[in-house]
Amino acid sequence: MQDSTERLVELIKSTSTDLSPDVEQALRDAVAREADDSAAQGALNTIMENVRMSRATARPICQDTGTPIFYVWHPEGFSQRKLAEQIKNALRIATEKAYLRPNAVAALSGQNSGDNSGVDFPTIHFHEWEHDYLKIALMLKGGGCENCGVQYSIPSPELAAGRDLQGVRKAVLTAACQAQGFGCAPGILGVGIGGDRATGVIKAKEQLFRPLTDNNPDPELDAMEKQLHQEINELNIGPMGFGGKTTVLGVKMAELHRLPASFFVSIAYMCWADRRKTMTIKNGNVEITAP
Amino acid sequence: MTTKLTIPISEEQIRGLKIGDQVLLNGVIFTGRDAAHKYMSDNFIKGSCPDAEKEMYEILRNGLAGGVIYHCGPVVRKRDDGKYEFVAAGPTTSIREEPYQADVIGHFGLRAVIGKGGMRDKTLAGCQEHGAVYLHAIGGAATLIAESVKEVLNVHKLDFGVPEAFWEIRVEDFPCVVTMDSHGQSLHDKVRADSERKLQAILAG
Repeated sequence: MQDSTERLVELIKSTSTDLSPDVEQALRDAVAREADDSAAQGALNTIMENVRMSRATARPICQDTGTPIFYVWHPEGFSQRKLAEQIKNALRIATEKAYLRPNAVAALSGQNSGDNSGVDFPTIHFHEWEHDYLKIALMLKGGGCENCGVQYSIPSPELAAGRDLQGVRKAVLTAACQAQGFGCAPGILGVGIGGDRATGVIKAKEQLFRPLTDNNPDPELDAMEKQLHQEINELNIGPMGFGGKTTVLGVKMAELHRLPASFFVSIAYMCWADRRKTMTIKNGNVEITAP
Repeated sequence: MTTKLTIPISEEQIRGLKIGDQVLLNGVIFTGRDAAHKYMSDNFIKGSCPDAEKEMYEILRNGLAGGVIYHCGPVVRKRDDGKYEFVAAGPTTSIREEPYQADVIGHFGLRAVIGKGGMRDKTLAGCQEHGAVYLHAIGGAATLIAESVKEVLNVHKLDFGVPEAFWEIRVEDFPCVVTMDSHGQSLHDKVRADSERKLQAILAG
């Protein structure tokens, strides 16, 4: 098995410093929507300038370089253990090069490990697939937006939400409203419908890898994604919560099976600094792209 | 309107600011977030300044009077000449400091706090009482803000970790928006009330 450490450092650098084109385009569209000279438009212009500067100077878009979440798809007979070691090494090197902030602290003592290693840190999900090449996706998920993720159990009298898609809609709208002041708007919402308390959240976060411009393969969910995108923007929370027309850049949903007794709606919030990239290593050729 | 502010800032200058005003900040400020606020509260506000912390207390008293605390956990690089350099330095979520902020403003005579997401009633009252404002930086704009950090003068309490230490930095034209002023007005309260009204209308519809 070839050592991929250097390539992984490149993936981390690209993810941390070079915002994907789909997110940048959505932000550019948002600038045009906001009123001229408003605080909202000023915030978006600052964001666009920051994206440009980060790319040009290979510096982190945001100083909170987040939890590194890796998804690995590998061929049969591949050593997960060795790749996990290479990922840990790559994180240490990327931290030394200041592509990442040392971001792993012991839960109780607060002691920072200094190199982005720790107990279950980073997160790595391995999947074997039928192809003969390796694909690694990375998301850097910041703490501000992670803190306003939420999981509702429906039916909920408080949300007036029943156990159906309309109930899910009410939960998502409520979560979007309550996220103001926490995540950095305009954000992206990933929603897991069903599952258990753990799988629902994982599914919600996986939605954040989807390109902003894609369509949900389920027509009913696709329509709801677009409806929620519009309704949340009508809340007028706006960029940075300054008031304005752009509160989210997208809503992405997926359904899981659940127990008869449970109905969770899990919502993951991603800030505008939506850092995720994919690397494929095929016949020795390395390609890093937006997901 | 855009106002240039230079530290130390006078109470009169602060009282002249209103929510929505844009500010360019100049001078020496301190970063401080979760560990720093708990430390100041435990040792100097609730506590009676233990001997071991006297030196740090003097540094903060001198640096924060008429000054500014920035809620920020930066990415920092140590250069070959041994000096530090800010690489990425956007604001962190301020609400976590709500239990401490008003007391820290009052105790040290702060004129402004920079962060993101805004703060609540206790801080707003503290701003009104002591003549201070809450300045909102653009969350995530870490490279751009790091560019406005011209010099890292010192670091205190580095044992808290890089993100949590007190970084003493000189900034030039650091861009912020006043979202809580010294007259009891909060842009966050207005946006929150407006969005909650709209949410209820959508949910009822």
